[in-house]
Amino acid sequence: MRKVINRLLAEPLALAGVIIITFILLVAVFAPFIATHDPQSTAPMDRLQGPSRENLMGTDNLGRDTFSRVVFGTRIALAVSLMAILVATILGLAFGIISGFTGGYLDGGFLILFDIIKSFPALLLAITIIAITGPSLTMLIIIMGVTRFPAYARLVRAQTMRVKSHDYIMAARALGVSVPRIMLRHLLPNVVGPVFIQAAMDIPIVITFEAGLSFLGLGVPPPTPSWGAILRTGYSFIRIAPHMVIFGGAVLMLTTLGFTLMGETLRDFLDPKLRKVV
Amino acid sequence: MTAFILRRLLVTLVTVLGAMVLLFTILQLIPGDFATVVLGPRATPEIIEGFRVRMGLDQPIYVQLFNFIFNAAQGDLGTDVLSHLPVSFLVMQVLPHTIVLALSAIFIASFLGIPLGAYAAAYKGSWLDRILGVISISAITIPSFLAGLLGLLIFSVFLGWFPAMGAGESGNLGDQIYHLILPALALGLGWIGYIARIMRASMLDEMTEDYVRTARSKGLKESVVVFKHALRGALIPVIAVIGVGFGNLLGGAVLIEIIFHRPGLGYLIYTAIGTRNFPIVQGGLIIAVLLYSLANLLADLSYSFIDPRVRSD
Repeated sequence: MRKVINRLLAEPLALAGVIIITFILLVAVFAPFIATHDPQSTAPMDRLQGPSRENLMGTDNLGRDTFSRVVFGTRIALAVSLMAILVATILGLAFGIISGFTGGYLDGGFLILFDIIKSFPALLLAITIIAITGPSLTMLIIIMGVTRFPAYARLVRAQTMRVKSHDYIMAARALGVSVPRIMLRHLLPNVVGPVFIQAAMDIPIVITFEAGLSFLGLGVPPPTPSWGAILRTGYSFIRIAPHMVIFGGAVLMLTTLGFTLMGETLRDFLDPKLRKVV
Repeated sequence: MTAFILRRLLVTLVTVLGAMVLLFTILQLIPGDFATVVLGPRATPEIIEGFRVRMGLDQPIYVQLFNFIFNAAQGDLGTDVLSHLPVSFLVMQVLPHTIVLALSAIFIASFLGIPLGAYAAAYKGSWLDRILGVISISAITIPSFLAGLLGLLIFSVFLGWFPAMGAGESGNLGDQIYHLILPALALGLGWIGYIARIMRASMLDEMTEDYVRTARSKGLKESVVVFKHALRGALIPVIAVIGVGFGNLLGGAVLIEIIFHRPGLGYLIYTAIGTRNFPIVQGGLIIAVLLYSLANLLADLSYSFIDPRVRSD
């Protein structure tokens, strides 16, 4: 632990990342105590007001308090992105282990499937599907998870192929241990490491993706407060009430910066080979 | 090399075909009848039936799928439900705008990112290097649509330097470039940082090579060693990344086109979704997949051409 702390103190950018994320997490957890207003209560008389003592980040077109919406939006941004990454991780582990362990035609078929999913511009695909099914949190999480999972699956596949020729796997096979058991008990714990790095690096990407979709009105359904939705309203009133774009944008930028710095630090810690390559 | 190219071509072909099947399947999953969804609740049964026959929706699913792929392979992407114009015509009208936007973004990113990375590497560990590092990572973490929004706010709304919407008058090149600068900068911003970091890493690698040491021992000036000798070798990985970047930027262009009201593939698909004009959505997405796959293919081939070790993969 002391080693980790020393290392963090030696790298100001990593330290900055940790501070930003801690701050964001605290805001998400204590949102009801930090917010000054109910994020969904409207006040038509106070619409599109600039920042003031009463409304720290001004109000939107329905008179809702932007500060409180930004604060509660933190919860949505984190929850949606973590769930999406969980979906991607589970799919990636399942497909990657099966693909790497079985090999042959199944492996070839899966590789083509990964390529096909990767060949779609994810945002356009998401826009299309959500436009058809209508905005919903579940659909949003599934789409983000499914479009991200090939990267995880490829990683797990490569790791599985490396691990499966190790003696302990051979021994388990020789002892007649069933294939599903080998996969779950022996392969899974040994291939999961790099997935954490990938997941950490993916958090800012997924948060941005959700914000982008919500910006188009296709992400988190209204009136739930989300950063993308705040930016969407801000864009509509950019000339007369620019504060929404400024504050909504600043918090999104800060979050992606924090998670990028953390992801890179984690990668440097866990996988020194990749250190500072990109 | 020929075998490698053929294999990559085949994989691309299978990918695009698979993407078409997947897309077709997704569009089949629309809840309710396609014709009713498009025509709205007030359409009479006769109108719906006529539409189904015209669109080939009365055929069995597998015949529809076959026709869809067969026609698309011949460049026929279907017909716009509203204007009755061929979808391929509509796509081709806006496609150049998207390609120009993505190319300009990657040009700006390379133009700024390569020197930034090279300077950071040449002065490794200095304050300049640190500041450039912070600038790079900040650029990487700003989502392009946010860069677009903030760019719009600062340079169009506050300062009035650049136009807020459109792609400029057709035929007037100066006006078009004027309209292109802000969107292209917003789209390319993240890649400035990304290219700078790759360039820096690649330069540092290159500077440990023997030929650089030889150049130094010949007594050449440090600036000549760094910016003439090492720079050239260090550019190789950057070129490969630029290829991949172009593909990604095509996808990223969607939000930028919407924010700046620029005609383009993303804007076309987005507005078509609003009017439930699914033939345009379907055709536009196929073209997007095709472009993306081609960009990746080119990136792969150029990389393997530069670095033959890739081919044995």
